[in-house]
Amino acid sequence: MSEETGFTPAEMMTIAASRALKNDDVCFVGIGAPSAACNVARLTHAPDITLIYESGTIGTAPDVLPLSIGDGELCETAVTTVAVPEMFRYWLQGGRISIGFLGAAQLDKFGNINTTVIGDYFHPKTRLPGGGGAPEIATSSREVYITMAQSKRGMVEKIDFFTSFGHGEGGDHRKRLGIDTAGPTLLITDLAIWKPDPVTKEFTVVSLHPGVSRQRVQDSCGWIVKFAEGLDETPAPSELELRTLRDLQARTRAAHEGTGKEKAA
Amino acid sequence: MVKFLPLKQAVAENLRDGDTVAFEGFTHLIPTAAAHEAIRQGFRDLTLVRMTPDLIYDQMIGMGMAKKNVFSYVGNPGVGLLRRARDAIENGFPNRIEVEEHSHAGMANAYEAGAAGLPCAVFRGYRGAGLAEVNPNIRSVTCPFTGEVLAAVPAIRPDVTFIHAQKADRKGNVLVEGIIGIQKEAVLAAKRAVVTVEEVVDNFDDLHPNLTVLPRWTIAAISVVPGGSHPSYAHGYYARDNAAYLEWDEIAADRDRFQAWMRENVLERTADDFAARVEHLRKAA
Repeated sequence: MSEETGFTPAEMMTIAASRALKNDDVCFVGIGAPSAACNVARLTHAPDITLIYESGTIGTAPDVLPLSIGDGELCETAVTTVAVPEMFRYWLQGGRISIGFLGAAQLDKFGNINTTVIGDYFHPKTRLPGGGGAPEIATSSREVYITMAQSKRGMVEKIDFFTSFGHGEGGDHRKRLGIDTAGPTLLITDLAIWKPDPVTKEFTVVSLHPGVSRQRVQDSCGWIVKFAEGLDETPAPSELELRTLRDLQARTRAAHEGTGKEKAA
Repeated sequence: MVKFLPLKQAVAENLRDGDTVAFEGFTHLIPTAAAHEAIRQGFRDLTLVRMTPDLIYDQMIGMGMAKKNVFSYVGNPGVGLLRRARDAIENGFPNRIEVEEHSHAGMANAYEAGAAGLPCAVFRGYRGAGLAEVNPNIRSVTCPFTGEVLAAVPAIRPDVTFIHAQKADRKGNVLVEGIIGIQKEAVLAAKRAVVTVEEVVDNFDDLHPNLTVLPRWTIAAISVVPGGSHPSYAHGYYARDNAAYLEWDEIAADRDRFQAWMRENVLERTADDFAARVEHLRKAA
């Protein structure tokens, strides 16, 4: 934690991401950073938000963050739980999702995401888990939000594999492929808030988190960063936001450590 | 018609070398006991189909049983990578495996097409996605009514599907509830289905009429294996052993430690050992 600000960059990222969600959103939640942001939103300013995990749980309200997309609590607290084909056919493909919220291992400036391989697909240097639900979340959700911590390894000029399509080569590339959804409209990192340029679709920094310099954003990003005119400063986390996030994380830690430690198998 | 069999016999009667097999369960109700029995019986050249290969396919791949893996997410859910699967894909250890990779939407649609008796599934998917370029089984069809180009993938038709479920009644009908995942489709798409259950009850008379029940004539064999899903969970019976998933990451990271763990916890054990593994997780469910 920074002594000056009283919160960590990771906390700022999660809280800034949570603020982007609205009470009437129907959000398809990726695991990890998106899941924390979505639940902070639900526990603060968006109590009626509909959170959907790809395991089929619709309108879930977990007390602790799930380790997987299919933890039991997601089902126990959901409005309804449907089969996986129904999830992807009726709810996602059917156009019912307002926000698809994704994390990324590798991201380019047009919001294209790689979670599949580092290196060549057929002879990978590192085989990552792959897309799961993301390829269709990225194209069937009305909008896509992305959240990830900045690093030169993660934010690169050219991704190794197009797991999920963002704005492709930029401009009207989505439209040219017949994709009629908006695609990535927001990127929240641990240092800044980014939005795509209306024409080129390149992610542009619109707001720096408190205490973050332009240089620091550039130093942890693999492409030449564009900054918007009239750059904002992201409001610091409120006491309520910080307490909500920290309580959630403490409950989560306790819950996940609390099962099975005494048993090896 | 369905038979109630000890798991050892159910696996031996229904799985063969070279089969295309699905052990399904979407995080919930993973048929771990059935997978471990298959490992003990040492099948080879299997085509392992599963949306989320998870720990059991990491184990089967690590033991050299797989010829091919069809999947849509080759990770340890919420933890990270599957290290035995990685070793096979990156280094060909213990053997090179063929990979057929899809998205979840692709596999879910393909299972549904299998259950529906169709040759392929049609859906709006893979647009702009790199998988369409590396997987020759991802193709397209044009809608004859609107002209929209849609993705097409072949139906999944396993020789045998294994699932774990909460309970069977005495006649052999099976109830699946909670996160129902892809299990119903995977059973109906397969030539043969084997189900492990937590318990057998007299009848299903008190169940809600719309619950997911697989009629007994859709299933080849049922084995009663309490705890048979561990370290996954069975809704209403015991909680997910999240610590075991975290621990797996370390076990699978090392080839020798993996082999030692498999010997101690799988090869030298039986299906009867599962009940004790979930004892401390029962209160939490």
